[in-house]
Amino acid sequence: MSTSISTSIPQPDAAASRRKSILLVFSCTVLGAIAQILIKTGMTPAYFRPELIAILTNVPLMLGYTLYGVNTLMLVLALREGELSMLYPIIALTYVWVTLLSYTLLHEPPNLYKNLGILTIVIGVAVLGRGGKK
Amino acid sequence: MNPALVQSMVLVFIASVIGSFGAVFLKLGAANLTGSLWSFLNWRLALGVALFLGSSAFYALGIKGGQLSVLYPMVSLGYIWTLVWSRIFFQESMTKQKFAGLGLILVGVFLVGLGS
Repeated sequence: MSTSISTSIPQPDAAASRRKSILLVFSCTVLGAIAQILIKTGMTPAYFRPELIAILTNVPLMLGYTLYGVNTLMLVLALREGELSMLYPIIALTYVWVTLLSYTLLHEPPNLYKNLGILTIVIGVAVLGRGGKK
Repeated sequence: MNPALVQSMVLVFIASVIGSFGAVFLKLGAANLTGSLWSFLNWRLALGVALFLGSSAFYALGIKGGQLSVLYPMVSLGYIWTLVWSRIFFQESMTKQKFAGLGLILVGVFLVGLGS
């Protein structure tokens, strides 16, 4: 009897670690989107010159790529632990953030095709993630 | 569509293909990791990282000439190549759901392209 009771106790550790990886991956999507805006800014004529020194001292570009690199490492670590089918749809949020930041910070014109396209891609990535075995 | 945008799209497209090969070599390299730091110095991992860097260069040059809200979504094409290479190189199974996901991504990229 006592063993059946002890096995039915829910494991707070599993739930906590699941929440942790969801939060980590979610943060990654926001940081990843910020990295994209920085890279795009670094490639504008105000910052970009096709010379090695100019590229290496291009602050938004280098900052953007550094953030992108760190972010990728964090994502890989988070994905090692978490359930991919649950984390894929969250990763796809990056497409939403990049689009929203492009509209607001880069003043790119929004339209229905872009919005529908992003929605379709996000659903596509989510479906893809669920199709995996892991 | 103006020629500058087409050129940008081609560059981002190439970046997505190169990047997907980067993932293949990272996966091959990761299989050789033993836990010691020296095992990180294998040519597969190095090639994987190099391919990612090359992909980044094409990508940056690509987004230089167009809207980020049009070109960034094209990165999702990388999922398609990765799935194809996973099938060819790692014999991973191709499920109906994966096919459906690929189809949706393609439709999405096409729609975003229409919005350019």
